[in-house]
Amino acid sequence: MPVNTAAIGKSYAPTTYAVGREKIREYAYAVGETNPLHLEVQAARAAGHSDVVAPPMFAAVYSSPAIGPALFDPEVGINFALMVHGGQEFKWGPLVIAGDEIETTVTVKDISERSGTGFYVFESVSTNQDGDTVCVGTWTNIVRGAA
Amino acid sequence: MKAGDSIPEMKVTPDKYLTVRYAGASGDFNPIHIDEEFAKQVGLPGKILHGLWTMAQVARAQTEAGGGPHSLRRLQVQFRGMGLPEHEVTVTGTVYEVRDGVAIVHTVAEQDGKAIIRNAEAEIAVE
Repeated sequence: MPVNTAAIGKSYAPTTYAVGREKIREYAYAVGETNPLHLEVQAARAAGHSDVVAPPMFAAVYSSPAIGPALFDPEVGINFALMVHGGQEFKWGPLVIAGDEIETTVTVKDISERSGTGFYVFESVSTNQDGDTVCVGTWTNIVRGAA
Repeated sequence: MKAGDSIPEMKVTPDKYLTVRYAGASGDFNPIHIDEEFAKQVGLPGKILHGLWTMAQVARAQTEAGGGPHSLRRLQVQFRGMGLPEHEVTVTGTVYEVRDGVAIVHTVAEQDGKAIIRNAEAEIAVE
């Protein structure tokens, strides 16, 4: 059975994520960040930021509420028992700072199949409260035996 | 930075409870990352690292080489195999080219001599 490609192009309702200072610090500690811009308000302010700066990969945190509904959409039809995260790309714009509100919209970019393996590609576009695009993510999930 | 330069190597050993802390920090509570029994039941050797945590280590090597979080413009990775807690992760990278103020870095994360992130490419702004 080939993969169902009907969901290609489908978009989901945007989510809004309020970026908290302590969440940035918690994330920064978990990934081993030592740059004081992520951990100390004084250091971030001394560098000209209004509050602590999110590490670039914090994109995984503010975009995940938007990615979830797309991954679990029955119309996309991913078999989770067989899914692995195959690849990831992020392109970053202006830095994300504690206090920002990030809106993320996810689209099904592509669904394809090669040699019985399904490739499910999602795009997330995240913008801040000023309308700047802070991150565009391309999420590739692979499902073995999908077809 | 110029073509052929290596970025500083980064080594980090995720401790036994790292995946639990990262699950809380990221919101990804998939039991394959935090439940040893569950992971074994589904045929894994044990709890495995979150791919996005490992990608964050690759990102950290780039921002340290580039001089801060603003320097990382793009990062693209492929995940391969499984990362394991309590095994050292080594991130290395080489500048492929520098063009229009941006260094393209080819980078990899290895554990026990095997790539767990490969074919990764970063763009770092260089002044």
